[in-house]
Amino acid sequence: MTTTFTPYASLFGGVLIGLAAVILMAFNGRIAGMTAMLGGLLEPQHPDAPWRIAFLAGAIAAPFAATLLGAEFSFASPTTGAVLALGGVIVGVGVTYASGCTSGHGVCGIARLSPRSIVATATFMATTFATVTIIRHGFGG
Amino acid sequence: MKRILSALAAGTIFGAGIAISGMGNPAKVLNFFDPFGTWDPSLAFVMGGALLTAALGYRLLFGRRQTPLFDTKFHLPTARTIDAKLVGGSALFGIGWGIAGFCPGGAVPALGFAPWPTALFLIAMGGGILFARWLQALPRRQIA
Repeated sequence: MTTTFTPYASLFGGVLIGLAAVILMAFNGRIAGMTAMLGGLLEPQHPDAPWRIAFLAGAIAAPFAATLLGAEFSFASPTTGAVLALGGVIVGVGVTYASGCTSGHGVCGIARLSPRSIVATATFMATTFATVTIIRHGFGG
Repeated sequence: MKRILSALAAGTIFGAGIAISGMGNPAKVLNFFDPFGTWDPSLAFVMGGALLTAALGYRLLFGRRQTPLFDTKFHLPTARTIDAKLVGGSALFGIGWGIAGFCPGGAVPALGFAPWPTALFLIAMGGGILFARWLQALPRRQIA
């Protein structure tokens, strides 16, 4: 399944993601990592839960409001439901042990030049590439 | 209350950024990792834009302020060790990302514009997080 190369939209969206990380650090002194945010849902008694849930709510509400106003975001999931669910379980286990994902390690951590985040990001980028290559092209590449 | 509003604002900008960038579209994300097939290099522009902005912003911020506006200190991660948990967890996360095309930060905003099948992924991911937390809470045994 081909997708359109969108350098300008992707760069602009990326700048917004970085800006969100800077705003959360400037005001709340916190890392904008999605793995930690989801912890707010799973531990509603935690003192950080309210602002984490607020971040999640904003993250869902923004594209939802945009679609109500007529915006369209291209979307396609090239897998079956069962495979998507399997991937979800693996992602959940992985980010919990890694204490972070693309946002926490890949953006916020590397931006601080954290060695842990650089190792984490290099590792998951490599295994994602390997997984996609094996699924799509087999072991022969 | 003000901390909740600033987090809501940051989350809103984050969600807009994910939706506009294409990080919430599994087909697009998977194509980034397929240079030998239907390659779409867009993800490099997302990561580049996010990283440059965050690195520059953090640098300005930490250079000018000792504390954030709404808290008494910057809560920066204190863990320093590069261990099997970090590397193994990251490796596993990448495998799941390569299977599903969703990372957590991409999937949460996608719920706002493609509720199905995003909800299925998020529920499964929540199950994975709870399972891993349960494993981590078990009495310590030497596994490796």
